[in-house]
Amino acid sequence: MASAGELINRGAETRARPSGRSRLWRWWYTSESLRGYALLAPTLMFMVFMLLVALTSLVAQSFMTNAGANAEFTLDNYAAIFAPNGDIFRILLLRSLWMSVLITVCVVLFCYPIAYLLAFHVKRHKVFWLIVITIPFWTSYLLRVFSWKVILQQEGVLNSVMLWLGVIDAPLNTLLHNRSAVIVTLTHAWAAFAILPIYVSLEKIDRSWLEASIDLGDSFWRRFLRVTLPLSMPGVLGATLLLFIRNVGDFVTPALVGGVSGTMLGNIIVSLFTDMANEPLVAAVSIFMMLSLTAVACLFVLLIGGRKRLRGVT
Amino acid sequence: MMRQGKIRGLVPVILGIYIFILYGPVLLLPLFSFNDNIYMTFPIRDLTLKWYGQMIEEKAMITALWASVKVTAAIASTIFGFMSAKAMVTYKIVGKGYVLALIMVPLVVPSIILGASLLSFFRQFLDVELTLWTVALAYTLISTPFSLLVIMARLEGFDRSLEEASADLGMSAWQTFRRVTLPLAMPGVLASLLLSFMVSFDEFMLAFFLSSNQATLPVYMYGLLRFPDFLPAILALGSCILVVSVALISTAEWLRRGQDKTLH
Repeated sequence: MASAGELINRGAETRARPSGRSRLWRWWYTSESLRGYALLAPTLMFMVFMLLVALTSLVAQSFMTNAGANAEFTLDNYAAIFAPNGDIFRILLLRSLWMSVLITVCVVLFCYPIAYLLAFHVKRHKVFWLIVITIPFWTSYLLRVFSWKVILQQEGVLNSVMLWLGVIDAPLNTLLHNRSAVIVTLTHAWAAFAILPIYVSLEKIDRSWLEASIDLGDSFWRRFLRVTLPLSMPGVLGATLLLFIRNVGDFVTPALVGGVSGTMLGNIIVSLFTDMANEPLVAAVSIFMMLSLTAVACLFVLLIGGRKRLRGVT
Repeated sequence: MMRQGKIRGLVPVILGIYIFILYGPVLLLPLFSFNDNIYMTFPIRDLTLKWYGQMIEEKAMITALWASVKVTAAIASTIFGFMSAKAMVTYKIVGKGYVLALIMVPLVVPSIILGASLLSFFRQFLDVELTLWTVALAYTLISTPFSLLVIMARLEGFDRSLEEASADLGMSAWQTFRRVTLPLAMPGVLASLLLSFMVSFDEFMLAFFLSSNQATLPVYMYGLLRFPDFLPAILALGSCILVVSVALISTAEWLRRGQDKTLH
């Protein structure tokens, strides 16, 4: 049954129909999709050009020589990546992937408790707290990284505080320019970003299920592991995937606080671009990075999907 | 519940610790920007404003130059966001999921890959010079997902029958848009303008690839970070950026969520 409002509305549309009912007009009036796509067209065209065409252009360029307008087809760029002496690309890729995994795990471990607290134990001014927690995410990423440089450098905050407290006698120069510095910095930089999706999926959990679990005799931890955690997984996995992908390509943090041991694939892409002006090789390494990332992400999704299917069967 | 009671007292403490960890490092920047010492070490002895003076002399130009670009990008992405949000909310669209996924792609792709592919797109494919406007296009690309999400959330919240009523009362489509849809969506539109401006304001990677010789503020700062002598002036500059960001974002977030009573 159509509601009164819909009937009236349908009447209005009939009235508005032009007398010469060409096929096109009728299609226009009956197809919601068509009208929807008409409204979407400018945005979609923009996206297609700036994303798909741009990506195609990147792929094409990765098969070209570095000669500007006179570029010719070549496989040298990929040969450079897979050649025995090009192992720097492969080592840095593996390191970037591994560090991104570590960072992602740290972010989730850091964010889960606060999201849990916000969802279940903060009763008043929730919106206020949510806003307060998300604001750092919007502040300049460069500045957030920079502040860790200020903290960790030899003439920095942490050293001066420890000297002042008498924990150490001389400033440590080992705090900055290593992998842990990169991990700490990126964990902090992305924390505000991950709290939100985890919070949202925790907030959605039906409270009566939690009560049922307690009523049936589960302890707090048992309830957490068997009810709360599984139900909040969509948010956790969403955040995990996004963080993992975004962190692999990072270049600012390793450049500012990473030193030699913290260098990642992004740094080599940037130095190929700025120091060697080799845009085709930049393209090839970017494609290499993107394909590896996609492969890892797909593997992750498949593993999760597979586990879910298994659970569904048993 | 027992557990609830035990935790309740701790809630403010734990929240406080998290807020301290989230904000602490960032707040060091404004703190040390007043420090009369080139090294960022505690305890702070003398306060000074000289770094701000040094900053104002050099950086005002860059800020002014780029502001217009960012405003343009914010307006463009808000228009894109509004049109697509309206389409998504109003019509049943075949393949809506794919459309949404395509628009969200810039959020998911590492920005270094976006930067490299846009560089190749502009230089190799279109063969145009890199100008302020190529950067504006890139900014629009990365802000559109935010605009769409913010405006869509807003549009989903209100009653379609208001627009239908307006049509039934004889308003043209344009009048309905101007007098019903737009006012209702206004908080979302404003939040989207602020957020997209903010996204472009902080953007580093794309500007790094695409701005050629005209550095944006973040690119300029990044270039200076290697020189210890400039650090205090950068701290001053960074503090100003922080103040602007926090003001804009708080407003946007308030517009976006603060009025949503269901969250309270």
